[in-house]
Amino acid sequence: MNFNATLIGQTITFIFFVWFCMKFVWPPIMNALEARKKQIADGLAAADRGKHELELAAKAAADNMRDAKAQAAEVLAQAEKRAAQIVEDAKNAAKAEGERQLAAAQANIEQEANRARENLREQVAQLAVAGAERILRREVSAQAHAELLNQLKAEL
Amino acid sequence: MSGEAHTSGDYIKHHLQNLTFGQHPDGTWGVAHSAAEAKEMGFWAINLDSMGVGIILGLIFLLLFRAAAKKATVGVPSGLQNFVEWVVEFIDGSVRGSFSHKNALVAPLALTVFMWVFLMNFMDLLPIDWLPWIATLLGVPYLKIVPSTDPNVTFALALSVFVLVLYYSVKMKGPGGFFAELAFQPIPKFQFPVNLLLEGVGLIAKPVSLSLRLFGNMYAGEMIFILIALMFSGGVLLGVFGGVLQWAWAVFHILIITLQAFIFMTLTIVYLDMAHSEHH
Repeated sequence: MNFNATLIGQTITFIFFVWFCMKFVWPPIMNALEARKKQIADGLAAADRGKHELELAAKAAADNMRDAKAQAAEVLAQAEKRAAQIVEDAKNAAKAEGERQLAAAQANIEQEANRARENLREQVAQLAVAGAERILRREVSAQAHAELLNQLKAEL
Repeated sequence: MSGEAHTSGDYIKHHLQNLTFGQHPDGTWGVAHSAAEAKEMGFWAINLDSMGVGIILGLIFLLLFRAAAKKATVGVPSGLQNFVEWVVEFIDGSVRGSFSHKNALVAPLALTVFMWVFLMNFMDLLPIDWLPWIATLLGVPYLKIVPSTDPNVTFALALSVFVLVLYYSVKMKGPGGFFAELAFQPIPKFQFPVNLLLEGVGLIAKPVSLSLRLFGNMYAGEMIFILIALMFSGGVLLGVFGGVLQWAWAVFHILIITLQAFIFMTLTIVYLDMAHSEHH
């Protein structure tokens, strides 16, 4: 065990090594480690956030689905109601039209009947006059009895 | 095994001698060719093998880690980055566990201590004759490839840590506070010479124990490898037995070299933590 200047040489070497390590080795590695640690933490946080958002989105989707279903049911009900209404309206309209046409036909018929009756009356009067004329040809002149015949026509 | 090593004693001595460069007594500069020559060179000589291997290993560590640090990305780490991050996180965890103050120096210091000491210890696992044998072929008389079996290396580390301990003790507590810590405990104030003696010994014991623990463990481990290696020249049976022993000891030594590097690092952190903390 004899000491010599190796002691000093190794001390200088050691100091240089420590300096180099402190300056160029330790900080970049530590920085990388810290940065990775942070990145992993961020990643985990993001994953958590994503999961949370997924849950929210699923909930929102379920809500939307329920709303849509309710709306669809409502629309369906409305449509049914509307269809029933239309059918009802159509029925009513048809009924009204029918009645109107019936009334018109009846009026027409009445008119025709009146006209026929008028004609008939005319003809009956003429017939009656003609009959009476034949019967009374010799004794009665048409002119003399016109007033009487007209009175008779009005009574028919 | 070098050409000069004939007996077991020579073989062991040869393995325990550093390649020392210094001034010979006759005034010329050169490499020592024996333990005696190395001793005569006195303090102003340098162990080329400890320095060289230590620097190469340190550079391997730093360049490897620097390469990973440069390419460090936040994304999925590749093989090297993954390994480096694993080591760095381990060191960071140790520092966070033992060091309760803020100091940007401590963690890189701990990393350097751990990796460098580990790599220097790791050289112990290379079969002990490979590199010295190549060195002998190249005309280099000695080569001790485990720098941590050189007390110069372990003391250099421990004394550097000790200087940091003293620096931060004074910086954090002030000269008075540091002196008070040494002088006015554990027994009441008026006994302060006794306290000073006790605490002074305790203080000095830190770097000494730190360096001697590493040196002793590595030196003893190396010694056992050398003794096992002696068996290889004792015939086939002894050689095979030696091979098994060497394998077993190497496996056990994997634990020791890691443990010693870890202990050195942990104690460095703990000593610096104590330097930062106010006692009592």
